[in-house]
Amino acid sequence: MNMKPFWFGAGPVSSAGVLGRLGAIGVVMLSLAGAFAYVGGWLSPGRLTQDRMMAAFQHVNGIHAGFRRNHAKGICVTGWFESSGQAAALSKAAVFRPGRVEVVGRFALAGGMPFQADAPAKVRSMALRLLLPGGEEWRTGMNNIPVFPVNSARGFYEQLLASSPDPVTGKPDPDRMKAFLAAHPETVRAMQLIKQRQVTSGFANSTFNSLNAFRFVDAAGASVPVRWSTVPVQPSAVESAEPSAAGDKNYLFDGLIAQIAQHPQQWRLIVTIGQADDPTDDATLPWPAGRRQVDAGTVTIDHASSEDGGRCTDVNYDPLVLPSGIEPSDDPLLSARSAAYARSFTLRAGEELEKAPSAVTVQEVQAGGKS
Amino acid sequence: MSTQTRFPAASRLLHWLMAPMIIAMLFIGVGMAASLSPRYELLVSIHRPLGIAILVLCLARIVNRFINPPPELPDTVPSLQRFAAKASHIVLYTLMLIMPLIGWGMLSAARYPIVLYGNMRLPPILPHDLTLYAWLRDLHTVLAYLFFATFLAHFGAALFHGLIRRDGVLASMASWR
Repeated sequence: MNMKPFWFGAGPVSSAGVLGRLGAIGVVMLSLAGAFAYVGGWLSPGRLTQDRMMAAFQHVNGIHAGFRRNHAKGICVTGWFESSGQAAALSKAAVFRPGRVEVVGRFALAGGMPFQADAPAKVRSMALRLLLPGGEEWRTGMNNIPVFPVNSARGFYEQLLASSPDPVTGKPDPDRMKAFLAAHPETVRAMQLIKQRQVTSGFANSTFNSLNAFRFVDAAGASVPVRWSTVPVQPSAVESAEPSAAGDKNYLFDGLIAQIAQHPQQWRLIVTIGQADDPTDDATLPWPAGRRQVDAGTVTIDHASSEDGGRCTDVNYDPLVLPSGIEPSDDPLLSARSAAYARSFTLRAGEELEKAPSAVTVQEVQAGGKS
Repeated sequence: MSTQTRFPAASRLLHWLMAPMIIAMLFIGVGMAASLSPRYELLVSIHRPLGIAILVLCLARIVNRFINPPPELPDTVPSLQRFAAKASHIVLYTLMLIMPLIGWGMLSAARYPIVLYGNMRLPPILPHDLTLYAWLRDLHTVLAYLFFATFLAHFGAALFHGLIRRDGVLASMASWR
């Protein structure tokens, strides 16, 4: 009983003292509960939380139970990555030692509409889960655009809302988009680069870019900033004016399924090494041309399947699932993506039993990509 | 046992070691579940190893409780409060044991690699199952709120003993010699 300051001493407390002391305890309790609520975001309606980001997706796309909140339309693929060994000097990650690792991937279209029709200008994505020996994993999601249109979670949220269809006209409100672009000059610059990109005829001859920067860490602990891309080995063919199979809502996916059935499709994993002052925290900014590039190896995709029953479906392609030897950069989008993907994953996991069949069905894949 | 007025030193050490860890864990958890900010990655990378540390210490604490039983409450404590004290301690022990296990289990069911630090990982303890994951993930949240509420009740009761009843119950844990 060495703690005997006045308040904590022994002996009875006067009834007036009891009231004061009860009040003090109440203040302590309320402060703790208030701090908890504050940290949880309940006291800050303006704070962009995971729930508010998901609500924005739902506002724009409606509810599609069991589907990803973004990149909702996709198919699963499998194959392998064969390392060239050339990136092993830059990163100690086991995946870069010469040899093969299994890949479970997913091709998708950006956007939260799981039944949207394929179209040339829609952003295509490739997600890879590389299963390293010993239980390590590398998950990455890449898009066929050269830079990302926004550089923050807030920018993404505002762009999402600005592009949401007006309930009356069914089209985005141009004034709202104008106001968004006026407030986000980085998006205006990025959109110019995105519009200039050459759109190829399909998934198989698209180049997919990590957009966010990461860091490769070598065996000695030295690190360099990197961005990576998967560059098709298949010859490039520019998108013709008319989609090849007019009227096929899944023509991009069907084309890929048919190509994989015919022959394994391959991409080289090209790692671009940034220099000290190249921006790593802003995915809207390209790195200068001529940066050193390393051909880390080849991704081969030899099997496609519908999402229904496919091996990619139960996977969250969280960009922060990285093996030892690859680390996140200071890009704030990485944390935002990881957090938003996790919440999207949790929501759709809870809806798993209500999920409608995916746009590209098991039958469609079995028919070789022709429904 | 009635002559014992303080918790044994090992019990006090474990209590005061784990108290800040658990409170930090609750705040980190509620914060990261809301966050889209760059802090998210940092919070997650603390949450996982801290949770496993709590699990290990909790096992040590359960063993310690059998070796070093706690002192009896003073005779002046009414039976209803005695019951509340006992029940809330069962809830606290249960939660500090099962919350890390649910966290580990839900990450297993989602097939996230369960990275503690660098190359240190835990193996999955449940099958890859999205419905199971969603259920455990929701349970993790609900029990976290229950944990925080029980912590508040526990802390409030401790202050009530220390400031108003002044019956030595607070001092039985909060004394430093």
